[in-house]
Amino acid sequence: MSEIIRPRPSACPACIAAPAAEQAARARGGDATSEEGGIMLSLPTVHCGACISAVERRLLQFPGVREARVNLSLKRVTVDTDPGVRAEDLIAALAEIGYEAHELDASTLAATTVDREGRELLMRLGVSGFAMMNVMMLSFAVWAGAADATRDLFHWISALISLPAIAFSAQPFFRNAMSALRVRRLNMDVPISLAIVLAAGISLYETTQSGRHAYFDAALSLTFFLLAGRYLDHRTRVVARSAAQELAALEVPRALRIEDGEEHRVPVSELVAGDLIRVRPGGRMPADGIVVEGESEIDRSLLTGETSPVFVGPDSEVSAGEVNLTGPLTLKVTAAGEDSSLHRLADLVAVAESTKNRYTSLAERAARIYAPGVHLLAALAFVGWYVATLDLRLSINIAVSVLIITCPCALGLAVPAVVTAASGRLFRRGMLIKSSTALERLADVDTVVFDKTGTLTEGGGEPVNLERHDKETLRIALALAGVSSHPLSQALAEALQARGLTPAEVTDITELPGHGVSGRWQGRKVRLGRAEWVGAVPGETTSAWLQIGQNAPVSFAFRDHLRKGAREAIAALRAQGLEVHLISGDTAPAVARFAETIGMDNWKAAVLPEEKAAFVAGLTKKGRRVLMVGDGLNDTAALAAAHVSISPATALDAARVASDIVMLGNDLSPLGETLDTARRAKARIKENFDIATLYNMIAVPVALAGMATPLAAALAMSASSITVSLNALRVR
Amino acid sequence: MEILVYLIPASLFLGGLGLIAFFWALRNNQFDDPEGDRHRVLNSDWDDEPKP
Repeated sequence: MSEIIRPRPSACPACIAAPAAEQAARARGGDATSEEGGIMLSLPTVHCGACISAVERRLLQFPGVREARVNLSLKRVTVDTDPGVRAEDLIAALAEIGYEAHELDASTLAATTVDREGRELLMRLGVSGFAMMNVMMLSFAVWAGAADATRDLFHWISALISLPAIAFSAQPFFRNAMSALRVRRLNMDVPISLAIVLAAGISLYETTQSGRHAYFDAALSLTFFLLAGRYLDHRTRVVARSAAQELAALEVPRALRIEDGEEHRVPVSELVAGDLIRVRPGGRMPADGIVVEGESEIDRSLLTGETSPVFVGPDSEVSAGEVNLTGPLTLKVTAAGEDSSLHRLADLVAVAESTKNRYTSLAERAARIYAPGVHLLAALAFVGWYVATLDLRLSINIAVSVLIITCPCALGLAVPAVVTAASGRLFRRGMLIKSSTALERLADVDTVVFDKTGTLTEGGGEPVNLERHDKETLRIALALAGVSSHPLSQALAEALQARGLTPAEVTDITELPGHGVSGRWQGRKVRLGRAEWVGAVPGETTSAWLQIGQNAPVSFAFRDHLRKGAREAIAALRAQGLEVHLISGDTAPAVARFAETIGMDNWKAAVLPEEKAAFVAGLTKKGRRVLMVGDGLNDTAALAAAHVSISPATALDAARVASDIVMLGNDLSPLGETLDTARRAKARIKENFDIATLYNMIAVPVALAGMATPLAAALAMSASSITVSLNALRVR
Repeated sequence: MEILVYLIPASLFLGGLGLIAFFWALRNNQFDDPEGDRHRVLNSDWDDEPKP
């Protein structure tokens, strides 16, 4: 059994990464104690220095806690305890001082805590930075006029520092270049490696010949700046990945299997057809099956988009992914794992995904023009100078200086610097960018397709006709609705409490799962529940019915509860001149009514999952760049088929995997801004390419003319890299 | 110019110390929580006495 994800709205915008952790924590159940003395808690609401001290101080007061350290970047606290300290007690202690905490499974997150690749890159960055600065110091002396023996000595010392530093630091480029060459292709790393190797080689040769120019500083600063770009790129991906992993860890794939009348927690992967499993209220069906025992209502919205809960009893069929709402159910598994309907839909995603990978990023396109261009230019410089002067040493020197000067320092920073700045900005607003090209693709979007249930709306509903009932009726309804965990009951109770009503005195309240709640009021029987149960005729709107004694039942109708910010998001998208569509698996009247409230004209109802994907594909065929926003399994194929896709954190795992961007908060309103930021980011990337090109247009003729000195190369390289980084910062 | 014989090794040695310090910091997770460290520096806990 797995848990439904229902993240609460966070208290502050800084706390958006919360739902992931929250879910992970809840899914684990509360029976964990610290066996190895280490507990990891997620703290979605910490955001300031005072929070750190408060949390650490409280935890250190707790008996058995040896050490507590808050990590604000990850919003986690690592607690070192004596064996036997229970995570729940720590969570309770933190709750007392007003901090929400959830336990995290240290083992699932272990992979994310040590980022070996990032550390390695940082190490190389440090080494190349150290070497660059020392060599630069020596080079200054040479540029300032050191000559003869002093210059040679300085060159030798530079060589001594540079060669090992380059051999260590530039390895990532060499490795990438080798693997590209092995499959007979060119990538950006080929000219980079060539420039570094040639610059170091020719400088060493010049040093042995006591030549005037050595390019050790250029080779090192090239390595340094490019590594900086690589590191930024890596950081962005790691942040996105670890947040996505936290989200995924929320859903623990466990099922309660009944063996000899006892419940055992087993991994879902171990289920086979014929097993008996129990699904508790609030749990998600881990496999397809037939109900053997129990009655309940199930929420199919993630699979079909229908909002109204469906009644199930013995012999009803249920599918994996549906959520059990009210009563415990015992299922006989008919299909599990690979065969379940959940997986069959996931296959659709795989197909759609494969079509998507064809997108070539701006960086790739630039590299495709750039790499051959640079090689050609350097070769031409060599041939030209050799023919003109027949001086091999001079020709090689000039060819190398062309390679160094054109080398894509700025190009290497152009994309990562902008993407880092933009993703950081969006992450603070609750948008987690999962794919590295998502921003570029988002900038192209001209059509937005929304799913309704779970995307523009959220759980439960909003009672619409409360004023039609008298106060006494409402108070009875409140008394009955208040005890049930059914989403409609909770929504009703909330709305009634908001009106300042108090529950009527109803006794003997019992809930009959799948049907409703009954009780006794002033000696009369009162019931709140499904239409069929209280003897009413179900209408086409989602309703709950209340019957008092033998009176005719009265209805409480619900309309979809608009997700926070949905209206603003749609208005913002419209204002940006985008075409907005609504497609839903829900019934036509429900969708029509909803479309009207939110003011959308383009809507389609009762759409099957395949039709959703086909609809998106149809728009794409017409030349549209589609952004799909959806959360359910029925949206997954469409999410994958779209040019770019966004899903809320509450979405089903498969939907989150299929989408490029995950919305961590509950609020939809940052959507308009996200698109705006994406467009600005793309503009910045293009500007950066222009800046890099401009530098090259000035520097290349100089190099070709044989007038480029190591000083000129160093200046051009640093200046272009710094301009590009500063330009990127404008996106923040 | 003989002074260079001392100055260059000295500068390399000092730079090397910096590099070693950087390696130490990297291996000891000093860069794991930049966000938190930004706030911790202003934290008045343990200002009067070192943390036990």
